[in-house]
Amino acid sequence: MIWLVNLLGLVLMLAIVWWFWLAKPASVQRRADSDSVDILVDDGVYTPSRIEVPANQPITLRFLRKDPSPCAEQVIFSDFNISAELPVDQYKEITLTPQEKGEYDFTCQMQMYRGTLVVT
Amino acid sequence: MSATRLSISGMSCAGCVTSVEQALQAVPGVEQAAVNFAEHTATVEGDVSADKLVEAVKQAGYDAAEMKGQNAEADKEAAEMAHYRRLLRKTAVAGLLGVPLVIGDMGGLLPALNTKLGQPIWLLLGLLTLGVLIYAGGHFFTGAWKAFRVHNANMDTLIALGTGSAWVYSMVVVLFPETVPTLAQHAYFEAAVVIIALVNLGGALEMRARGKTSEAIRRLIGLQPRTARVVREGKEQDVPIDEVGLGETLRIRPGERIPVDGDMIDGHSSVDESMLTGEPLPVAKQVGDEVVAGTINVSGTFLFQSKRIGADTVLAQIIEMVRRAQSSKPAIGRLVDKVAGVFVPAVLLVAVATFLIWYNLGGPVLLSHAIVATVTVLIIACPCALGLATPISIMVGVGKAAEHGILIRNGEALQQAGKLEAIVLDKTGTVTVGRPTVTHLVPAPDYSEEQLLQLAASLEQGSEHPLAHAIVEAAKQREITLSEIQQFEAITGQGVSARLDGEPGYLGNARLMQRQGIDIGELEGQAQQLAGQAQTPMYLARGQRLVGIVAVADPIKADSSAAIRRLQQLGLKVIMLTGDSEATAQAVAHQVGIDAVIAEVLPQDKNRHIEQLQQQGQIVAMVGDGINDAPALAQADVGFAIGSGTDVAIESADVTLMRGSLHGVADAIAISHATLRNIKQNLFGAFVYNSLGIPVAAGILYPLMGVMLNPMIAGAAMAMSSVTVVSNANRLRWFKSGAQS
Repeated sequence: MIWLVNLLGLVLMLAIVWWFWLAKPASVQRRADSDSVDILVDDGVYTPSRIEVPANQPITLRFLRKDPSPCAEQVIFSDFNISAELPVDQYKEITLTPQEKGEYDFTCQMQMYRGTLVVT
Repeated sequence: MSATRLSISGMSCAGCVTSVEQALQAVPGVEQAAVNFAEHTATVEGDVSADKLVEAVKQAGYDAAEMKGQNAEADKEAAEMAHYRRLLRKTAVAGLLGVPLVIGDMGGLLPALNTKLGQPIWLLLGLLTLGVLIYAGGHFFTGAWKAFRVHNANMDTLIALGTGSAWVYSMVVVLFPETVPTLAQHAYFEAAVVIIALVNLGGALEMRARGKTSEAIRRLIGLQPRTARVVREGKEQDVPIDEVGLGETLRIRPGERIPVDGDMIDGHSSVDESMLTGEPLPVAKQVGDEVVAGTINVSGTFLFQSKRIGADTVLAQIIEMVRRAQSSKPAIGRLVDKVAGVFVPAVLLVAVATFLIWYNLGGPVLLSHAIVATVTVLIIACPCALGLATPISIMVGVGKAAEHGILIRNGEALQQAGKLEAIVLDKTGTVTVGRPTVTHLVPAPDYSEEQLLQLAASLEQGSEHPLAHAIVEAAKQREITLSEIQQFEAITGQGVSARLDGEPGYLGNARLMQRQGIDIGELEGQAQQLAGQAQTPMYLARGQRLVGIVAVADPIKADSSAAIRRLQQLGLKVIMLTGDSEATAQAVAHQVGIDAVIAEVLPQDKNRHIEQLQQQGQIVAMVGDGINDAPALAQADVGFAIGSGTDVAIESADVTLMRGSLHGVADAIAISHATLRNIKQNLFGAFVYNSLGIPVAAGILYPLMGVMLNPMIAGAAMAMSSVTVVSNANRLRWFKSGAQS
């Protein structure tokens, strides 16, 4: 029994490391006929939370905040020095033109809401 | 889909209506656009930002601005209040079950788990707990699940796992007691509901405390009147602020607040601009002067024409800038971001490890300890306090600065301002008033004062320079008629030249005279004497003959000396930079207590001097007027643009001082120090809390003292940690300007 519990515990720890740090969620690409992506801000997550965009092209991210708690109030793109206050139940547009390929996180003030802009 | 209203100006015919409508219809996302020619407005429906619509109208050759009041803030407050009440309701419901359960458990009032009576009662309590978890804690579980699906873990994950595992374990004990060793047969329903109650309560308290952090913004928004009195077709009528268009005539009576920006077209008055600039004295206004939204008309009644409305007013721009700065993050917060990014999964690993260690050390007998320690680790960890530590202090600090008429562009500027070692002050308009006047006329033999001034003013009449303005103004006061000039030329850093009655004339410094080969020997001594009295002597020559000296002085601002003393007390090396002669500069510097002077600097070389100081390893600030000094402000580590009222170019520098006093620089630096200190306290507190709390929760004290931390106490500690961080940041609200000290 003891070894089984230990084994399960170690597997769980490996699973935590893999799921949260190594594996990446599926990316959402913007539609070919649009230069914007809608992002829902609710229940502690940005949906979609991983957005793939091409480099050197302007992209408009349209945040729609449903969560009224202060945690969701701000979205911060620290690599681009952009931050914005998100009004509840209204779209807030953020337009940026990422130049270099890479992954750029966007988060709320407390880092609980987390998303990634994947520039390809 | 939402509707946007625009005020359109420049439309003169029905044809314009069609072109504006077509321009609006062409914007992607627009469903419908209708222009009202009589009102000069457009109503646009569709999912599209107002900026894009305004841009489209401008491209079509007209001007437009969104007609928007400040209702957004009221909506936000209403939403926050509703959320606050919801959190309190959830706290009450969870508390209603949790408190009796705690009393019953501690007082031994509940039957034993493994008895015939006990099992159904505990089962019922388990189901009640489940109901409370769903009602009062359902959002934690939904959030945790959604985050999990996108490979993220957050605060919700910890709460949901902590309370969920306590409930599951307790239900196993209730339903299948035989699977659990006798000593570990304990249910933790009370812990689950009390934790949910405490976390909700913490959220509500944090929300309350956070409301105070945005006090500065609310105060600024409160300056915006909700209605305006417009004059339409000769009649005055009160209309909501979002119905005021561009180019409308508005009436303001004494004591009223000005609703939009515009130019005065009739009457005169004095306007209190202190709420925006910090300038205590009312500013006199006459026809042609600008008035801005949010300021108060003190005395007369006047009419003005609107020229900026909605988001374009100075007040709206200040609000927007403060908002943006409040949500920006300085470098000090970046490390924390990295930690916060991996924090929750790391806590999950610690929780599993804690369980395994207890399980291996204590065996199944101490299973309950393993469960308690695991739940407590999950509950006590507080990534929120860590994440909040920096931004919440920035928010209060930047807001406080705005209340003192100091607009800080971002958190980075706020942090840099706290590290400054040297501060370079431009003389004119920064240390001095910036409005020079003629103080002495020293004519050469054969010339009179009148002649000297007439010639000087004639030469300068085409110049934009403040010194030229002073000379022309002096001639006007003496009612001197000016002569016509030809071939006017401004020689940067030296003076001016022009042809006067066919003869060349020169007015400028010694360098200009030397360049023209003019002998200044006879008046040089007097010029030096004037320069030694903080005046700027200018030589006037006609052909090769010296006509005399015109001395101009720019009075030193009344509070410059005191403010400079404050800067020196803050440990800064204060340097004055000026294009003036060494002697004049030294004299001004001496009067205000500055010992380092860089004089005779050409405007284009100012940034080079800043660069030299930086090369010596110093962190340098530059204080200048924002327009002429722009390159130097940009070169400096922190550029302070010093304004004189609401006409200051907002966003032209890292820090914009709405009031033309150097005390603003000292205040900005003092606020920066206070904010950085506050951030460090918060970070220290949050790090210490987590790095002590987690090991204690894991049971590190048990071998030493035989005690385990109760998960409910962990819940209370966690809930209070965020509240403490926010409350500490709120202390910054008590910052006082040192201007009077």
